[in-house]
Amino acid sequence: MGPSLLLYTLRRLVQAVPLVFVIILINFALIHAAPGDPIDFLLGSSDATEEYIAQLRAEFGLDRPLPEQLLAYLGKMLSFDLGYSLRFREQVLTLILSRLPATLLLMGTALVVASLLGILLGAVAARRPYSATDNVATLAALAGYSMPVFWLGQIMLLVFALHLAMFPTQGMMSLRAPREGLGMVLDVAHHLVLPVATYSVYHLALVFRLTRVKMQETLALDFITTARAKGLPEGRVVYRHALRNAMLPVVTVIGLNFGFMLAGSVLTETVFAWPGTGRLLFDAIQARDYPLLMGLFTVLSVMVILANVLTDVIYALIDPRVVYR
Amino acid sequence: MAGAPLLSVEGLETHIATHAGTLRAVDGVDLHVMPGEAVALVGESGCGKSMTALSVMRLLRPPARTVAGRVAFEGQDLLALEEAAMRRLRGDRIAMVFQDPMTFLNPLMRVGDQIAEALAQHRGQSMAQARQAAVEALRSVRIPEPATVARNYPHQLSGGMRQRALIAMAVACRPALLVADEPTTALDVTVQAQIMRLLAGLRRDLGSALLLITHDLGLVAEYCDRVYVMYAGQIVEHAEVGALFRAPQHPYTRALLAAALPPHRRVAELAAIEGQPPSLLSPPPGCRFHPRCPARVAPCDRDAPPLFVLSPERTARCWLHARSPADAAAS
Repeated sequence: MGPSLLLYTLRRLVQAVPLVFVIILINFALIHAAPGDPIDFLLGSSDATEEYIAQLRAEFGLDRPLPEQLLAYLGKMLSFDLGYSLRFREQVLTLILSRLPATLLLMGTALVVASLLGILLGAVAARRPYSATDNVATLAALAGYSMPVFWLGQIMLLVFALHLAMFPTQGMMSLRAPREGLGMVLDVAHHLVLPVATYSVYHLALVFRLTRVKMQETLALDFITTARAKGLPEGRVVYRHALRNAMLPVVTVIGLNFGFMLAGSVLTETVFAWPGTGRLLFDAIQARDYPLLMGLFTVLSVMVILANVLTDVIYALIDPRVVYR
Repeated sequence: MAGAPLLSVEGLETHIATHAGTLRAVDGVDLHVMPGEAVALVGESGCGKSMTALSVMRLLRPPARTVAGRVAFEGQDLLALEEAAMRRLRGDRIAMVFQDPMTFLNPLMRVGDQIAEALAQHRGQSMAQARQAAVEALRSVRIPEPATVARNYPHQLSGGMRQRALIAMAVACRPALLVADEPTTALDVTVQAQIMRLLAGLRRDLGSALLLITHDLGLVAEYCDRVYVMYAGQIVEHAEVGALFRAPQHPYTRALLAAALPPHRRVAELAAIEGQPPSLLSPPPGCRFHPRCPARVAPCDRDAPPLFVLSPERTARCWLHARSPADAAAS
């Protein structure tokens, strides 16, 4: 299984390359179809002469025909040059890479917390369907599932940060906190609590509901009767035999959700002033910063694709019936 | 037959709560199995024979529930046992082989591990020892290259191999009683014979008793000592196999035998039993078989017949065996 799994992973990665190319094309087309121009933003309301505007456009290459702009962009992409941000006056790649760790930390924590908690609660609820515990959890999940992130985030801030003052209101680090060692870890963790709670609610609700349904279905399957007929303790029947089988669709959904979480990062990071790519994306959209926008779209798309490849690999690890092709 | 029975079921009642009312899947079943004996429980689909087996194993799922009766096994009342104590018996002293080898194996677990689990549970072996013993169990069910098969997943095996693996799982701990619920129904005819011969051989080697749930009278004739015929949740006839085939005493048994003639006597058209089995939600009054019975007599649609004892190993639930009209009126 070892070498074939590695080969399978490599093949899935190679298959992803044309996909990335298509995504770059679509991004390019989308942004140029949108109204507005970065020069308008740079100049603001100042009365610039037509001459000066034309000079600026030429400077940034915006006067060339579209196909030419695209070719130039693609050529640069191949050498990992994502261009220069008009708004931040910095290399796009440097800018994104400096913001990516914050987003990955927030998203990763939220994804892990929500997935583990959702699976655990779902499995427990499925053992006693329609019990009081199950009904309360199901109702809470429904509420969590339908709550808008920006609203929940603001309520969290109001209650836990402003009113109860249990957590900081914004950012990832305090000004005077230590910049290394355990002190920094604790400070960042303290800042993480509210955004992670906000961010994971939807995902938690989704994973919980899916796990619960799949567990109920799996517990009704024949091989569960076999496991019980062997005289195995109930815990082993539920967690060893049922849960692993019920996990297959859940793993797929967690992987797919990665993309939705990236999209959701714009809202969460804006509400909590988290210094990640979501905030950066928000700023880039406001500034019509084409190079930064396209760079962000590309990097985020690649991350979603990588997450999907990872999902496929994890699925193959769990399910021996997956054919490596 | 002398000595104490290994398994004795008395007045077993298992009900299924449905929206339409209570379904009496098993309605007062009595049966026993002697040590080392092979006993068949025969009947058509839905007559309650599988429900009887699951009730004995205490493997029913809600909404099915045993509401009355006694199941004595090796001197203990299984229905009164704590769940933990029942679990210690299950898979160890009393084991079950299921119908469909495609769905009764866990698709995500290696075959050897699924067998080793039972051994680790009951024999207190380490997983490494149990894996070793699992290979031996696979060898005992005549699986070629058992060490390789132990590392395979179920989807890599054929139907017959999977059923052998399920049997290996059941006999790994050398149970005193093996309950086999239609163990060959899902298999090819050629494989069916192999599996039955394997079960018979294992039974001899281990000295286990067998309770075979089936609708195949051919298997009963070839592999069993005694037979219970079940209809609509009740035992309608009980006899030694030879006696039953020679002279069936219940019209339902007679009809079953007529519908399953041996091949050399097969006629152009098979004799089917007219009508449908009754609904177990509201069984007909009187004898449950009377709407389909060709030998119906006066009390049949009014009074339910008791199980008449014809000889020590012979009973039939039919008014034809009432010794006198008074006998009939008494019950």
